[in-house]
Amino acid sequence: MTTFEKLRLDGVTRRFGGKDALSGLSLEIRKGEFIALLGPSGCGKSTALNCLAGLLPLSEGSIWQDDKRLDTLPPERRGFGMVFQSYALFPHLSVRKNVAFGLQMRRLPRTEVRRRTDEAIRLVRLEEHATKLPGQLSGGQQQRVAIARAVVLEPSLVLMDEPLSNLDAKLRLEMRTEIRRLHQSLGLTTVYVTHDQEEALSMADRLVVLRDGRVQQVGAPEELHTRPANRHVADFMGYRNLLPMRVVSASPAFVEVEGGGMTLRGTAIGELTAGDEAMAGVRPEDLRLGEGGVPATVEVVEYQGRELAVEARTEQGTMLHLRAAERPSPGDKISVVADPARVLVFPL
Amino acid sequence: MTALRHRLAERGVDRQLLLLVPGLLCVLTLFVYPFAYGVGLSFQPTHGGVLGAYKDFFTDAYQRDTIGTTLQLSLPAAFLNVAASVPIAYRMRGRFRGKRLLTTLLVVPITLGTVLTAEGLLNFLGPTGWLNRTLMSAGIIDAPVRLTNNYWGVFFSLVITGFPFAFLLILSYLSGIDPTLERAAATLGAGWWPRFHRITLPLLAPGLATTFCLTFVLAFSVFPSAILVGDPAGTTRVISIAAYHAAYESYDYPLASAIAVVMGVVELAVVAAVLGVRSLFYTGSTGGKG
Repeated sequence: MTTFEKLRLDGVTRRFGGKDALSGLSLEIRKGEFIALLGPSGCGKSTALNCLAGLLPLSEGSIWQDDKRLDTLPPERRGFGMVFQSYALFPHLSVRKNVAFGLQMRRLPRTEVRRRTDEAIRLVRLEEHATKLPGQLSGGQQQRVAIARAVVLEPSLVLMDEPLSNLDAKLRLEMRTEIRRLHQSLGLTTVYVTHDQEEALSMADRLVVLRDGRVQQVGAPEELHTRPANRHVADFMGYRNLLPMRVVSASPAFVEVEGGGMTLRGTAIGELTAGDEAMAGVRPEDLRLGEGGVPATVEVVEYQGRELAVEARTEQGTMLHLRAAERPSPGDKISVVADPARVLVFPL
Repeated sequence: MTALRHRLAERGVDRQLLLLVPGLLCVLTLFVYPFAYGVGLSFQPTHGGVLGAYKDFFTDAYQRDTIGTTLQLSLPAAFLNVAASVPIAYRMRGRFRGKRLLTTLLVVPITLGTVLTAEGLLNFLGPTGWLNRTLMSAGIIDAPVRLTNNYWGVFFSLVITGFPFAFLLILSYLSGIDPTLERAAATLGAGWWPRFHRITLPLLAPGLATTFCLTFVLAFSVFPSAILVGDPAGTTRVISIAAYHAAYESYDYPLASAIAVVMGVVELAVVAAVLGVRSLFYTGSTGGKG
């Protein structure tokens, strides 16, 4: 097993036909870390992963494993494991042979190949399916084979490209836990690509949010969740109410903004002075029904189990997303209040 | 009445079946009937009983040997066509600039027809053709190398006309294999050779077998080039020439039909053998767009 203390991406850039798919990604990955690359489709996250794996050559920049330069090596010599979105299982090989493939490529003795293959198959609980072909397995089982095939080599880095996106909701939750469990028990450094913020927040030690090929923010899940660096990250982190406002007054403690017939107080993210155009971000959970707030009319009510998701329109026509404990009816007049401690104000 | 119609529809019997009628009529009148007629004819020779025509064919070494002659031409030609197509198609499976032009160039020989190909071969490879003249004026050879009007002339012609078929078929089989599989193999430590022979080749093998069968059948019924660029009285007296002679020079239709039936049986035997080997391979989905 090759191992490293840190893996360093230095200004990794990849262009397709003159357009930057990924520009200047710099990142240091520590041993044992679980990193999620998060962003909407087309943000460059899969490009970043393929650059790391060696499946795409870099246009600029370099990748270093401790003091060894990696970006000039072909994929087969990097020693990373990869789990593909489509699983990419070899359809003509049984589960066992799929898992054993990488070990055989390393020319390990037959007994060791057998032992480690069995171990990996047991790890993903597929013992009774070992002799089946991938086509005979369900999506979740195929996914587990793909994971076993990647981790059996005990790679210094495991790359996962939206591995759960082809599974149904229930299975996705199960596999999420499974991957996290594997990561904890094997301690494998993992880079995980996803467009699902909930998935990323729940699994990763550190998140990298990408947009249009550029890094927007790098941080721990809590950090991104409570303190998104800009409105794009906020948008991605579930701040569904992003309201264009104008700054009325700004102090180090909080800013006051108004617009669309509303006045809000919140925390400034970045430099803001009175008169600036700004964007106020509030999560639906942080908007409540309450006295003396913004008057609005309920338009859509969705039942979401413990709570109700409500869409309401203010008199000025701004759409607000909020949560309510009791069911209002469409057409009801309500008053909406925001918790100033939870309102973030971003410069445009 | 409606219940019956529903029950029939469940078994696939409905009015759409009428669409099969024109096709079936064509197949029956243009293929099944002449074929059955020919087979029947082969069992009605003028002498020697029911199997007389077959006895004539197999007891006469001059006739019998045409099977070997044809196999010696068509098997290597089909094999070469498949073998040469694999690396070219393998290199060409991705998207790149000029792919369409290159594909067109490789496929042009299909459109030429055997006669034009034969003429080209005679001009190029013949005793006074460009190749021999160039080699002689360069002093590499003293006398012209004989490459036409013998085995090699026919062989080249079969390769030129058969290669585009093989190439196109194999290219489409290859693009049916998900390219992610090879990338996955690469991340598992496999270099290009193990990637090819452990992943791509096994998935391609059934397609290769099918392609081999098709190009073999095309080559086995070789007739024009065996006459035009071959040695139709000797080394390239292929089985179709034997059938032609029987039918239109000796007017022995039963013998000609018997030869045609033998031809079919030999082809079927080779195809069955190849498909038998094919069934040993994985033949399911290969995950690609094909």
